[in-house]
Amino acid sequence: MTRLPWFRGLLVTALTVTLIFLTLPVVAIFANAPPRELIASLGEEGALEALRLSLQASVTALAIILAFGTPAAWFLATRSFRGRSLVITLVELPLVLPPAVAGIALLATLGPGGLLGGLLEDAGLRLVFETAGVVVALTFVASPFYIRQAQAAFEAVDPTLLQASRTLGSGEARTFLRIAVPSARAGLLTGSALAWGRALGEFGATLVFAGSFQGITQTAPLAIVQRFGTDFTSAIALSAVLVVVSVVILLSAKYLSGSAGKASDARA
Amino acid sequence: MFLASGCGGSDPSDGPTPLTVSAAASLTEALPAYADAIGAGVRFSFAGSDELTAQIRQGAPVDVFAAASTELPDALFAEGLVEKPVVFASNSLVIAVPANSGIDSIQDLTEPGVDLVTGTEEVPFGAYTRDLLDRLPAAQREAILANVRSEESDVKAAVGKLTQGAADAAFTYASDVTAASGQLRAIDLPPRLQPEVAYGVTVVKGSERPDAARAFVADLTGPDGRRALRDAGFEPPPGG
Repeated sequence: MTRLPWFRGLLVTALTVTLIFLTLPVVAIFANAPPRELIASLGEEGALEALRLSLQASVTALAIILAFGTPAAWFLATRSFRGRSLVITLVELPLVLPPAVAGIALLATLGPGGLLGGLLEDAGLRLVFETAGVVVALTFVASPFYIRQAQAAFEAVDPTLLQASRTLGSGEARTFLRIAVPSARAGLLTGSALAWGRALGEFGATLVFAGSFQGITQTAPLAIVQRFGTDFTSAIALSAVLVVVSVVILLSAKYLSGSAGKASDARA
Repeated sequence: MFLASGCGGSDPSDGPTPLTVSAAASLTEALPAYADAIGAGVRFSFAGSDELTAQIRQGAPVDVFAAASTELPDALFAEGLVEKPVVFASNSLVIAVPANSGIDSIQDLTEPGVDLVTGTEEVPFGAYTRDLLDRLPAAQREAILANVRSEESDVKAAVGKLTQGAADAAFTYASDVTAASGQLRAIDLPPRLQPEVAYGVTVVKGSERPDAARAFVADLTGPDGRRALRDAGFEPPPGG
């Protein structure tokens, strides 16, 4: 194997440029305001409430995504059926949909005048201008991040393990719960982290579908944009907290999936 | 530098680069019509005036700033970031409702279950709404505030909530109802409640085409500007 020095140099340059481009803006957030000011402006009314709402709504959305997304991804990973690739494309659609479009689409479906608006009203369910609507918006945009990853993880599970389980008389449900989910744990965790991160950062769909009201629908990203005009320090402070939370989510997923990966390797 | 002095032309139509105009969301219809009328090549950026103000403070490369208030351009002028602002139009605040709505007066907004949308306190239409509500008796004001479901970052977002059927009513400008071409109906407010809504425009310092920018601002108060603004539902500047 020969490695051309110029090519190596190209790779190193590309990585350096990528790294600087992706991290410098994040560094700038922390460079822009001294820590004491950051902490002080977090005490301001509304900031903590927005963070609390963001956490609450994104965790709820993640729970819904896991509950529906895990079996759905398992089905997509293990079955071949007519129109499978169409179904996969449809599931992935929110990935490429502009968030504002997602918000309008949700309004057109679940809003008071939407396709299912009458049904929801009869059921006494309100989503627009309610925290539940925020959860719906987050779930909509974040689902594909999990489902894609979960599907890939299930596809990578060693088929002989699944076969052995079936040979030993375990039913499909048992094989799924006892063998497939633990074996795919690393991928499932990574998918959860990506979906959670996406949900935490959601802005456009929330604003268009659920609105923005302090304590009810104003999540941290919405609060950041509202403060941008008048209170830059406070906007930066909230941004810094979101950066830290996102990094923690990503790192714990990496750590957990790393140890989960090792555990399943050891088992195999 | 010498390039600019070498050209020296001030005709806005033959400039190599279009003017960048940051304008209040409520000017979304009026300003492009005006730019067409005078044949100026313009790139518009429409948003809440407060957000545009922040962008100019952060050094955004903007030639002209047109706001839905006089306070924001005045503040930028005081900070030395823009030239002296000119008042070029006024507007009135109305209650905007879907065309088929049963809401007919400000008193109707106190009814429980009415979903009302307003602006944040930073964006001009939100600030004007607060001025107006402050002139109401406390009980009426509280009942209306209890119905506020969302605080939007610009007036067109509030209009969107109405036209999408998400909200029952919003405080918007009269011109926004004109722009919604029949989808919305305006309920006028009693004159004693009406806040003074004046629009300021200014040339941003550091503009690469200051002459074209000044011409754009000057013509806005001339016949072409007046006509475009009137057609879009604006009124002449206070006392003008």
